[in-house]
Amino acid sequence: MKELLINKLKEKFQDFIEEIIDYSNELTFVISKNKILDVCYFLKNNEDLKFDYLVDICGVDRFKKENRFEVVYNIWSEKLKYRIRLRIKVDEKDLQLDSVTSIWKSADWYERETYDMFGIVFLNHPDLRRIYMPEEFEYFPLRKDFPLIGIPDSLPLPRRN
Amino acid sequence: MKENSLSNNQDIRNKIIQKLLEQDVQIVSEDPLENTMVLNMGPSHPSTHGVLRVLLKLDGETVVDAMCDVGYLHRGFEKIAENSTYHEFIPHTDRLDYLSPLSNNVAIALAIEKVAGITAPPRAQYIRTILCELARISSHLMAIGSVGIDLGALTYWFYTFTEREKLYDIFDLVVGARFTTSFTRIGGISHDITEEGIQAIKVFIKELPNILKKCEKLLNRNRIFIDRTQGIGKISLNDALNWGLSGPNLRASGSERDLRKDEPYLIYPELDFDVPYYNEGDTLARFLIRIDEIYESLRIIEQALKKLPEGEIISNDPKNALPRKEKIYTKMEELINDFMLVNFGINPPVGEIYQAIESSKGELGFYIVSDGSGYPWRLKIRSPSFCNLQVLPLLLKGQMISDVVAIIGSIDPVMGECDK
Amino acid sequence: MGLESYLNGEGFFTTRVNDLLKWSRTNSLWPMPMATSCCGIELMSFAGPRFDVARFGSEVFRMSPRQSDLMIVAGTITYKMAKVVRKIYDQMPEPKWVIAMGACASSGGMFRSYSVVQGIDQFVPVDVFVSGCPPRPDSLIKALLDIQAKLKKEPISKYY
Repeated sequence: MKELLINKLKEKFQDFIEEIIDYSNELTFVISKNKILDVCYFLKNNEDLKFDYLVDICGVDRFKKENRFEVVYNIWSEKLKYRIRLRIKVDEKDLQLDSVTSIWKSADWYERETYDMFGIVFLNHPDLRRIYMPEEFEYFPLRKDFPLIGIPDSLPLPRRN
Repeated sequence: MKENSLSNNQDIRNKIIQKLLEQDVQIVSEDPLENTMVLNMGPSHPSTHGVLRVLLKLDGETVVDAMCDVGYLHRGFEKIAENSTYHEFIPHTDRLDYLSPLSNNVAIALAIEKVAGITAPPRAQYIRTILCELARISSHLMAIGSVGIDLGALTYWFYTFTEREKLYDIFDLVVGARFTTSFTRIGGISHDITEEGIQAIKVFIKELPNILKKCEKLLNRNRIFIDRTQGIGKISLNDALNWGLSGPNLRASGSERDLRKDEPYLIYPELDFDVPYYNEGDTLARFLIRIDEIYESLRIIEQALKKLPEGEIISNDPKNALPRKEKIYTKMEELINDFMLVNFGINPPVGEIYQAIESSKGELGFYIVSDGSGYPWRLKIRSPSFCNLQVLPLLLKGQMISDVVAIIGSIDPVMGECDK
Repeated sequence: MGLESYLNGEGFFTTRVNDLLKWSRTNSLWPMPMATSCCGIELMSFAGPRFDVARFGSEVFRMSPRQSDLMIVAGTITYKMAKVVRKIYDQMPEPKWVIAMGACASSGGMFRSYSVVQGIDQFVPVDVFVSGCPPRPDSLIKALLDIQAKLKKEPISKYY
């Protein structure tokens, strides 16, 4: 299974796969940022692979100078009964990324959540708003420089009279 | 004098009308019958199962469009996880899907064990499986009961809730807490199951089918109930996969995806059970599949109880698993281990894993990024309710307003898990 | 037990308006369940078949704030939800009482995080705090009895 996947992807995207990680029996492909749409389209529509179920999208804040953020796509193939992860590195200076909502509809809320928590902007997303926090909130809570207890007075509270 | 002012007024009015007529003015009157209206439902609404807010665009009684607004219960689980050790985070998972806390406990324990590279001893795995399935039953009983409430069948809810109370008694006996269990530990479980507990479970699984039969008589062939659920809120298999549905909601649309079979964990490969599925994909199918799953869970529990092996309940791994309390107070080495584990936590190797279980709502997964310290660098919760709710606008479109509550109830969202 | 014991076969009895109003109000508290999370399930148990709050006259759960006089805040209240809770509280007619059920509503509980209000007493007045995470239905019944005791003590003229 693993060989099939690695060969298939290498054949098509040789230059855009930065790294292949096989840890704890789980495959992770590190993909170039600008190729994410192509890779996802290929994975979903290839007859042998058919990764038709997007399980999750999440962000990771590595808190380092270069490529501070990562976006992780967790995909499942109903045909192969197999799960892989794609990982994209996003630099803090350029927080924009192509949205995959055109490929999997479910990416809609996952991307909104990633935007809400990390401030990563997904281009061509149909409705990119905050999902958990109020719209007027200014910070991105899951970034490592945001304190656990929040920033005082950043969220309004009704007055007790 | 009076007449004078009247004629004056008339003059002014005429002048204004003249002025208006000279301008290019369009007078539009809105006819309320030809317009859609927006209805706000929630976040405090009896049938939104918590604090879900739905905005409905209505044309008469038909829902033209809908939009969900979540986040009213966003408690920052993932941020809390980053700031607590692995052991400290286990009690938080009770509050994720509060209808089946035990399966959340099992999920997080499995995820941490995977990242630390340890496994629980067989007896612990059997007990985990039994409790997981009991949690599934308790969650499904609530789900089918609340569909009943939403459609006006309150008696049905009384039946299912009585069974839930019995389950709570079992949890009280076996786990030690009625509601928030926090039963699992890294590498095993908190304490062993007693003979009394096993007997209580046996009595419960023997009696439940009779009660369920009674419940089925109430609703399953009830004309009013079927008319209100059959063909309502339909979703095809393709759409369901594309929108990321999981669990019973996906299986009601014709898929057989069940992580207990596809990505086996615990002792499920050793047990014999079926995965029920329906092809209709409507509210009725989503309701019926939950009843079928309860029967399957009963089968699983029965087999697991028969095979339950003797032995340790927590792995003998001083770097990861907490030592037994009686040893802490009598032995020096255990005391040191306990001190180290409580203060600095376990230190799993650097790496990232994803571990999912089939919880009562669907695929409940934990993605853990470890940086080698006692705290997870990132812990992402893949919560099934969040993904299932996303499809709600699609299901609601074109339905009548009175069906909205039935559809929300049949998806069975838990907002604690959805909002994290 | 009820009024019958006072009747003594006479068919009538005398009392003060104050006592009559107090008696009727004490035994007909209509709760508004502000159930947000885990405590909401225990709140359902509280109304459910086993614990059956109908014994204390509070079985009529009103989802409309206009028809209720006791708000039971069950569960974590976030900053986003706080506005809603306050709005519902403002819509309830006087006199009204509030129970903060569980650790989360009382003090934020185990969720010391950026989005959780650390205690609802910051924006609504609370009469009874119930400890526990979540409290058992028994302790919620105790809280209801506390509210009833409070009601019995206060002169009815306080509200008019």
